[in-house]
Amino acid sequence: MTAVLSVGLNHFLVLSALLFAIGLLTVATRRNAVAILMGVELILNAAALNFVAFSNYVEGAVGGQVFAVFIIVMAAAEAAIALAIVLAIFRHFRTIDSNETATLNN
Amino acid sequence: MDPSLVTPGTLFFFLLASVVLISSVGVALAPNILYSAFSLLGTLAGIAGLYLYLGADFVGIVQLLIYVGGILVLILFAVLLTNKIGEVRLSNLSAGLSLGVPASVALFALLARVATSTQWPLTEEAAAPGTARLGDAFLREHLLPFELASLILLMALVGAMVIARRAAKEESRSVPEGTHDRLA
Repeated sequence: MTAVLSVGLNHFLVLSALLFAIGLLTVATRRNAVAILMGVELILNAAALNFVAFSNYVEGAVGGQVFAVFIIVMAAAEAAIALAIVLAIFRHFRTIDSNETATLNN
Repeated sequence: MDPSLVTPGTLFFFLLASVVLISSVGVALAPNILYSAFSLLGTLAGIAGLYLYLGADFVGIVQLLIYVGGILVLILFAVLLTNKIGEVRLSNLSAGLSLGVPASVALFALLARVATSTQWPLTEEAAAPGTARLGDAFLREHLLPFELASLILLMALVGAMVIARRAAKEESRSVPEGTHDRLA
């Protein structure tokens, strides 16, 4: 019982593995481009959580936190670009269903 | 269960973990994309709490400011701009769940097994709130990536505007008069 109840590195690793799997499920099964983007955000958050957990439990310094901040910065840039593309696709196709926007040239 | 083993920190962790997991399942499976977007709020805020638990206070605040205050609002804008409100309920279909769920469960089993069976070189150093150390790291050994990140943010800003504007221009050329909607 003690191993389960005292929170350690393994708890965070399992939690972020679960979060990664749910994000992958979202990316793989959703048909709406914005929902796929939400799945990508879940995956990025799982990775950043792992970095901070390792920084706390293994490194004992702030290197992992630096990586987490960079991941957040990249996620912001990625979200801005991806949502601009989604808006452009919506204006062109009148839908953002990833099955119906599968043409490169019409 | 011996109640003396349950510290407030442990309770805090399991509370945040359940918030994160339940709301991320909502992101993956909610029938309405607005519910998905608001579930994402719970996930991101819960992860910010977990950062605070891990002694990464600056990262937690940044997560709240940028993810919850910025990216989530951006996603909500995209949801509301790309779905006519009447058909929002039909806009969040999931396909291939029968294949996706076993694949995700298998991936989780693999990752969890690897993570828990590895002997990590744990440190005994106590987690001290390290915002000053973090700023030091940014402006000393990580100075070049720090400056590159600001450059990338500027490029993303300009690029997003160019992409969205070009689409608006094309539409105003190709769509005949009278069929403009409020997006044009």
